[in-house]
Amino acid sequence: MSKLLSIFGSRRTWAWPYVLFMLCFVILPLILIAFYAFTDAAGAFTIQNFVSFFSKSEAVNTFIYSIAIALITTIICILIGYPAAYIMAMQSFRTPQVMAILFILPMWINFLLRTIATVELFHMFGLPLGEGALIFGLVYDFLPFMIYPIYNTLQKLDTNLIEAAQDLGASQRKVFTKIIIPLSMPGVYSGIIMVFMPTVSTFAISELLTHNKITLFGSLIQRSFSEGGITMWNYGAALSLILLVIIGLTSFLGQNDHENHEGGLV
Amino acid sequence: MSTGSMTERRGLISRIAGQAYLWLILIVLYAPILLIFVFSFTNSKVIGNWTGFTFGLYENLFSGYDYSAQVQVDPNLYRAIFYTVVIALTSAFFATFIGTLASIGIYNMRHRERRIVNFMNSIPMINPDILTGISLFLLFVFLGISRGLGTVIIAHVVFCTPYVVLSVMPRLTQMNPNIYEAALDLGATPWQALRKVLLPELLPGMISGFILSLTLSIDDFGVTFFTKGSNGLETLSTFIYADARKGGLTPELRPLFSIIFLTILIGLLIINIRTNKQSTKK
Repeated sequence: MSKLLSIFGSRRTWAWPYVLFMLCFVILPLILIAFYAFTDAAGAFTIQNFVSFFSKSEAVNTFIYSIAIALITTIICILIGYPAAYIMAMQSFRTPQVMAILFILPMWINFLLRTIATVELFHMFGLPLGEGALIFGLVYDFLPFMIYPIYNTLQKLDTNLIEAAQDLGASQRKVFTKIIIPLSMPGVYSGIIMVFMPTVSTFAISELLTHNKITLFGSLIQRSFSEGGITMWNYGAALSLILLVIIGLTSFLGQNDHENHEGGLV
Repeated sequence: MSTGSMTERRGLISRIAGQAYLWLILIVLYAPILLIFVFSFTNSKVIGNWTGFTFGLYENLFSGYDYSAQVQVDPNLYRAIFYTVVIALTSAFFATFIGTLASIGIYNMRHRERRIVNFMNSIPMINPDILTGISLFLLFVFLGISRGLGTVIIAHVVFCTPYVVLSVMPRLTQMNPNIYEAALDLGATPWQALRKVLLPELLPGMISGFILSLTLSIDDFGVTFFTKGSNGLETLSTFIYADARKGGLTPELRPLFSIIFLTILIGLLIINIRTNKQSTKK
């Protein structure tokens, strides 16, 4: 009895329900993806799912194309977002928080509805839906996720370092390239993760923005589950496992900033 | 003197250019939202076709009946609103409860255990929704659990709880641990110390975790899509998706989201002005 009490008295055990919950609903499901990926519909071991993916040039092309689209989107987001975050952090607005709020506010509107409105916007200006619309829509949807982490790191930047560099004779450009950019890299890393990961796996946005003309890898996965019937689930699981590996690699490479990853959204 | 005013002028120009750049981005970001807002005041079926100013859509939304077309507003819309709210509140509640307990537990763990749990905690945040959705879909299929409201709520708790831990954890690490010990030394039972000392300290983190969970849950599409099953359960996200695939967007969604947007905008501005006032008072 006293042992039981001491177990519940120790506060470490308070995390156990959560750990159990995570084991059941996070770890086990991920293992199931691998299980389904390496079995056929009858449950026997096979690598046929991967063979049929790599032998279909259409599927492999979709995969490469999706990664390319995600990379382009991420780069454009950095190119547009970094200056915006820099200006926001460096300029002394009377109300800097209002600016930051204005940038994250669109995220509260359902992204599907925003995407549909973007499609209507393209219609109004007579622009064609396709690759351009897709990239525009993705940048539009994920730009705030790039600006916010960069803004956060720039804002916390120790201004003494900048002043010290200036006092020691560094030019404006030197200060920027040698002090500000290196110190803001953690923010850029988490921005990259927050933009690249959802874009490489997106499925609904691409359908809406291109009227189903362009298929991304995410849509390929979704279709094998929601349209393919039970026979396609194992194939879909194999595709999911490939995506999981990509995601794992990306987050491993960008691990420098594990602590405050997405921490500052609210 | 002249060089001084030169640099001053250059500073002013770059300031204005910077401001203009920010506003340009904001205009592009807000253009589609503005479009929804503007076209919530006309009766047309599609965005882009202005048929005169009217509050008709707002009346339709609140009465549930479209007087100009003499038909009912799609009852599935109201069901979707209802389930969105139910799912968001329930999963945010459970996520906040489990997440707060877990934070206290993780805080008291030894270094290695803490690293393992923190790693597990980061998985749902890094995982894209399609993978979270599919992995849970496979789990429910594997275990033979029929998908519906319950499975959607479980799925939402999965991706919300890590954010609760992330909001509560800093409160714990910033807290002076001696306060809790002092309460015990002064004769408080562990339960009293928890309720009167620990919880008030954690409350702000719990509230922001709860709010974050609400917004994540309401905005989610990918996870809900794979865990809702096929017995007609829809949230606003999946309703909009099904609507868009059918070709036409239910017009009443325009006033609905205009109202949601304005409410959040005003709410955030009020909070912001208040905190500004408080900080200037200090």
